[in-house]
Amino acid sequence: MVTVYQNSPGISRRDLLRRAGGAGAAAMLVVSGGAVLSVNQAWGLEVTALKPETMATLIQMARDIYPHDHVPDKYYAIAMKSYDAEMAAKETSKKDMIEAAIADLDARAGDGGYLGLGWEDDRVAVLKQIESTDFFKMVRGGLVTGLYNQKEVWPLFGYEGESYSEGGYIDRGFDDIEWL
Amino acid sequence: MAAPYDLSDENVVVIIGSGAGGGTLGNELAQKGVDVVILEAGKRIEYDEFINDEWESFGQLAWLDNRTTSGDWRVSRDFPNLPAWIVKAVGGTTTHWAGASLRFQEHEFKALTNYGSVEGANLLDWPLTLADLEPYYAKAEDKLGVTRTNGIPGLPGSNNFKVFEAGAKALGYEKVHTGRMAINSEYRDDRDACQQTGFCFQGCKWGAKWSTLYTEIPKGEATGRLEVRPESHVLKIEHGDDGKVTGVVYADTQGNLQTQKARVVCVAGNSIESPRLLLNSASNMFPDGLANSSGQVGKNYMRHTTGSVYAVFDKPVNFYRGTTMAGIIQDEAGHDPSRGFVGGYELETLALGLPFMAAFLDPGGWGRGFTTALDAYDRMAGMWIVGEDMPQEKNRISLHGELKDQYGMPIPDVYFDDHPNDIAMRNHAYRQGMAIYDAVGATRTFPTPPYPSTHNLGTNRMSEKASDGVVNMWGQSHDIDNLFVSDGSQFTTGAAENPTLTIVTLAIRQADYLAEQLSQGNL
Ligand SMILES: Cc1cc2nc3c(=O)[nH]c(=O)nc-3n(C[C@H](O)[C@H](O)[C@H](O)COP(=O)(O)OP(=O)(O)OC[C@H]3O[C@@H](n4cnc5c(N)ncnc54)[C@H](O)[C@@H]3O)c2cc1C
Ligand code: SF4
Repeated sequence: MVTVYQNSPGISRRDLLRRAGGAGAAAMLVVSGGAVLSVNQAWGLEVTALKPETMATLIQMARDIYPHDHVPDKYYAIAMKSYDAEMAAKETSKKDMIEAAIADLDARAGDGGYLGLGWEDDRVAVLKQIESTDFFKMVRGGLVTGLYNQKEVWPLFGYEGESYSEGGYIDRGFDDIEWL
Repeated sequence: MAAPYDLSDENVVVIIGSGAGGGTLGNELAQKGVDVVILEAGKRIEYDEFINDEWESFGQLAWLDNRTTSGDWRVSRDFPNLPAWIVKAVGGTTTHWAGASLRFQEHEFKALTNYGSVEGANLLDWPLTLADLEPYYAKAEDKLGVTRTNGIPGLPGSNNFKVFEAGAKALGYEKVHTGRMAINSEYRDDRDACQQTGFCFQGCKWGAKWSTLYTEIPKGEATGRLEVRPESHVLKIEHGDDGKVTGVVYADTQGNLQTQKARVVCVAGNSIESPRLLLNSASNMFPDGLANSSGQVGKNYMRHTTGSVYAVFDKPVNFYRGTTMAGIIQDEAGHDPSRGFVGGYELETLALGLPFMAAFLDPGGWGRGFTTALDAYDRMAGMWIVGEDMPQEKNRISLHGELKDQYGMPIPDVYFDDHPNDIAMRNHAYRQGMAIYDAVGATRTFPTPPYPSTHNLGTNRMSEKASDGVVNMWGQSHDIDNLFVSDGSQFTTGAAENPTLTIVTLAIRQADYLAEQLSQGNL
């Protein structure tokens, strides 16, 4: 079972902050037990098939592919959770493929691994090296719906979604532009 | 009430597909007392079941059976198994369409004469003229309730339109307005006025936008002469020893094969499935497929020269509010070779929701160049380019050599190469589109590549001579008298305008001809 839960269980906030400090520069994410935990958002993603470090790297990779500074990590985590739940947990070959791809990413990044690279530009430079691999294409392609089709994300971009139940926009600003 | 016809009834006209062409033809024939069975591959989903959600609606209504692509077009790289956006449901693509309804221009019916021969293009004149179609265009506009015709007011301008209009005027364009749309601007034909919900591409939950699903089809059914059979996927058209078609084989709801007898068969499955069906119906007598003595079935596939221009401003636009497409600039629609290409194009406002914008703005794009564009989603405006593309023989629908569908029939491959004329036109339109937005203070503009084809045309083209095309001026196949084509695959050339009004116009005209031929005992 993979759950994205709101409160990180069994680990104190102070403990989290301390561990985050030691977990590499990119990390606002902490690996603890079988889970990836967020330090400041108080949510966690439990993994069963993949290594939690692998999931933490996948989440960072997702953000580096589609960086939106106003979108919290939680939504990137939700976008990536199927790699554990639907892929790795069901097929060993997929799990091995993902683990190998992340190991390769870490190797290309040098000593501290992918998460050890502090600047987005440096991480993007590593991603550029693997841009044409099936793994990268799968992750990027999956994010197009995995990230942007989350209804909770839409308001962060100012998209209001469903409007029929509100009676459309005929009286709600379809022509309210003022600056022209 | 809807009339159920017997499978063995040899007297019925069978229409394959219930979209713009098939749905209209079915109703028109039923009104004239002809017995009609429409076989539709998709389900019947009424408009209150439509969903205001882009991907969910796509899953609910779009044609998702496997297709492959080839050729140098970018769609083949970005969406290798989604060459086209077509609906598989009762109502066909008129459930998802935007509603822009324009007549073709006179010169466009004589493309070869007016453009001259263009290298690599298989141009031909239509075997009919604008004057031939005018009375039928008038009927079609009335049927669809097209705004700015028949005294119907235009739709009000949305935010997206206001930005577009201001830019167009700043550039000196004059033919700018909120379009001729098959969308009710006021209550008409027992249907609501548009509530500006902004989900036209997901099916109109108000029924304000014309679709055969809730206009032609129930009207036809009310005559007692029309039966629409959903989830009936036609696999093959059969013929007798005399070479006339006798009926069709289809897979029913359970996937069981049934044979429906027919006096006449009309193919209206849109321009990928219609030629595929003719090719899949090859027999000893017609080894290259039905109606294919010219070898043109499946060839000359056209998709319009398209592309989009999006722009970002420093202040809010909220372009997703209101009709998806409701605004047009027609100043570039004429034929003016001094621009470096033949034919013309229209610019039409367009807005996508965030999920589709992420998928279509720059397919394959990633990183901050991409995401900063989406960060400005609520400050975006957008337009779509639709222009005449060149028919090319090599652009074609063919049967896949290996892959088969769920019924064991070869799936279609869609091959398309852009013609240099298409590229020159697209680049011109990109420049004009970006200039329009720059003129009102855009801080960034995006020349966005074409989406999977929404306009699919030309693969069973109409021609004067049997050696040049598949059907005559009535959509009747040159080879087989009682086999007709009733959709956009009849188009000899594409013209600059969105095709549906012309598809409907041809269907109304075809119904007159067919009913007359039937009553004279010629079929
Ligand atoms: C998003 C979008 C926006 C659009 N906007 C506009 C616009 O603004 N203006 C405009 O003019 N056009 C627009 N179009 C195009 C318009 O929808 C089509 O031109 C029109 O619907 C085509 O009519 P048709 O009868 O050829 O095919 P369709 O309407 O596609 O109908 C074909 C039907 O045949 C069925 N079928 C296919 N094969 C079989 C088979 N073997 N057996 C049984 N049934 C079969 C299909 O399931 C389908 O229901 C738009 C299209 C899309 C996707
Ligand atoms: S904007 Fe108008 S036409 Fe479009 S779906 Fe909404 S009500 Fe229907």
